[in-house]
Amino acid sequence: MSGELSNIIIWAENKPGVFFRILWLFRRKQFNIESATVGHSETPGISRFTITVYGHHEQITNMVKQVRKLVNVVKAESLQSEMLVLRELALMKVAVKNVREKSNILRVIEHFRGRCINMAKNSLIIEVTGDENKIDAFYENMKDFVMLEFVRTGRTALFK
Amino acid sequence: MKTRLKTGQKVQGAEIICECLLRAGVTAIFGYPGGANIPIYDALYKYPELRHVLVRHEQGAAHAAEGYAWVTGRPGVCFATSGPGATNLVTGLADAMLDSIPIVAITGQVPSSLLGTDAFQEADMLGVTLPVTKHNYLVTKTEDIASVFSEAFFLAVSGRPGPVLIDITKDAQVNYAQFQYKENNEHLKNRLKLTATKEELAEIADLLNNAERPLIVAGHGVLLSGDGKTLLSVAEKQDIPVTLTQLGLSTIPQNHPLYMGMPGMHGNVAANRAPLETDVLLAVGMRFHDRVTSKTSLYAPQAKIIHIDIDPSEIGKNIMPALGVVGDAKLVLKQLLPFLQQKKNPLWLKKFEVWKKEEKDKVFTKELESPKLKSAQVINEIARQTDFEATIVADVGQNQMYAARYYQYRKYNSHFTSGGLGTMGFALPAGMGAKLGDPAREVWITIGDGGIQMTLQELATIVQEKTEVKIALLNNNYLGMVRQWQELFYKGNYSEVQLKNPDFQKLCEGFGIKSLKAKNLRQAREAIGIARKTRGPFLIEFVVQAEENVFPMIPAGAGIGEMVVSKEELK
Ligand SMILES: Cc1ncc(C[n+]2csc(CCOP(=O)(O)OP(=O)(O)O)c2C)c(N)n1
Ligand SMILES: [Mg+2]
Repeated sequence: MSGELSNIIIWAENKPGVFFRILWLFRRKQFNIESATVGHSETPGISRFTITVYGHHEQITNMVKQVRKLVNVVKAESLQSEMLVLRELALMKVAVKNVREKSNILRVIEHFRGRCINMAKNSLIIEVTGDENKIDAFYENMKDFVMLEFVRTGRTALFK
Repeated sequence: MKTRLKTGQKVQGAEIICECLLRAGVTAIFGYPGGANIPIYDALYKYPELRHVLVRHEQGAAHAAEGYAWVTGRPGVCFATSGPGATNLVTGLADAMLDSIPIVAITGQVPSSLLGTDAFQEADMLGVTLPVTKHNYLVTKTEDIASVFSEAFFLAVSGRPGPVLIDITKDAQVNYAQFQYKENNEHLKNRLKLTATKEELAEIADLLNNAERPLIVAGHGVLLSGDGKTLLSVAEKQDIPVTLTQLGLSTIPQNHPLYMGMPGMHGNVAANRAPLETDVLLAVGMRFHDRVTSKTSLYAPQAKIIHIDIDPSEIGKNIMPALGVVGDAKLVLKQLLPFLQQKKNPLWLKKFEVWKKEEKDKVFTKELESPKLKSAQVINEIARQTDFEATIVADVGQNQMYAARYYQYRKYNSHFTSGGLGTMGFALPAGMGAKLGDPAREVWITIGDGGIQMTLQELATIVQEKTEVKIALLNNNYLGMVRQWQELFYKGNYSEVQLKNPDFQKLCEGFGIKSLKAKNLRQAREAIGIARKTRGPFLIEFVVQAEENVFPMIPAGAGIGEMVVSKEELK
């Protein structure tokens, strides 16, 4: 689907199958999910989802109305990125050959305000948070090294 | 409210299920037993108030529940066992989903300890039915049964109605729990918007008060709101022509001067021409289905559209209205009445006379005066003899279009068919369910030779239950609707549409149903008279012209402006 990347935020009961119902509905309405994060919200028993999809304004509005029809969904909104604080978390494991390389890597980490959360003899695990651009840039800069594993969570968001 | 159990009484889950059904006002259940729901059938023994109808295939149970729901306005209930029993319900659930029919399906499931092990007759019904239900539940604990049932019955009818499935593991049916019944659906009730705001009403009124060529397109939602009179009052106040979608048929009597027909692919001329000229289109309880609008970009080009629907997701889904109002059709129209000025529209209404005459000359007269027996004549004759007051449960295909076009419904809520899903074989069980739901009705099932063979086994149920339905079998020895398309759009290549049918008279004899065969109009007249006088179910096989075509028709992919009124225009 074309259109801009849109944020759909959903509050739903934390019950078996609820995530499945939501994801299925996006598929049913022909959206490809770019990212989806879910976890507990400030209300006990209510999960909060941040889902990003490409779509035109009208398509997104209609999709939100569809989501609201799910019995387990308490609330759903689509929001422009400007109205949100958006963050992603990325984890990366890189191989470390020697001390010089290690210090080069640490310099990159420092630049992106990341943290080294695990240090083994031949590898490091790095944690970086930020918006997509920052994570993209971090990834680009790390291409000079030997990446062993990389994962990013996708957007999660709060209202400004 | 009838009750058998006391609060706090410790009983098996199966008994709680029956008690919940009793308290929900259920009077009939359509179902089929098996290993995973046998405890429910055992408990049913203690509940003589719950009449169980033993269908011959679970698809029949789901459609019968739909028929029951349609006439009673209450959820129809069906039972099936796990695995194949439950999957056999799927077509009926999908049908109810698309046509917004409230049904509650209760399926047995393997014991909770075996869930996910591919146990005998295990099918993941939550997964299978997710796309075809409004909501579904898997109940694994006896103490959850009562609250799930209360919520399920509420959901089935509330807002936009639909099917709800409750899958209950066998251990939950067998284990004991204290019976506790609480109707606790406020949180769901609060979500519904049923009425219009003052501002919305003022805006609707402003558009209508200033309209020159207003048009009403009303659908199933008006019937579901339980009131056609308010719609008519709105129409009469401003002399607005009313068209009714297929599922909205019988909302207002067709002999009313403001009734202008059914829009759509095989709809009436006036109802398809009017959207091209109207300046304000009031759409109520309908969803701009592709069969109604044809190509949306060419639909109602000059109109400001007002769309009233109870389902917020329908507003702007297929067509973006100038004004969308979420609410219950009856309530919003009632609110609207005092805002409307009295108006007359003689010039605009005159146009409809011209369009009606065109259809009469090019279609009706030819059909009704044909020397060979035509489906239109059969439906017309049933209409005449039943004073336009019978309930018609129509199947799918050409026969469905004839039932929609030629009966001239006058009784409120007297037409029922599978519109959204177009399920062949629907009418036989649905007609049975309708008759059982409201025995005072005269129910006629109209069905084709193809469709009847999809759920034929329910003839046995009809006999066993002594259901007094009359069946009009329109036999053209073809899958007529598909044949029509092949004739008109596929160079006349009749690919796999010819049916070598069984001897329907002998079949009826085998089932124990009285029947007659009619080959011409005189015989048809007589047979209808005899069927009506005969007690019990009755089937008439009408041998209709084999290659008749339904007209008018809007070709697939075209706009409503490209309606073809008669075959000659197609050349
Ligand atoms: C279950 C199902 N299968 C296939 C179709 C496609 N279909 C639509 S109309 C039709 C022909 C119906 O034939 P018949 O019941 O004899 O009615 P007729 O059109 O001849 O009146 C078919 C095959 C359908 N609607 N439903
Ligand atoms: Mg046929």
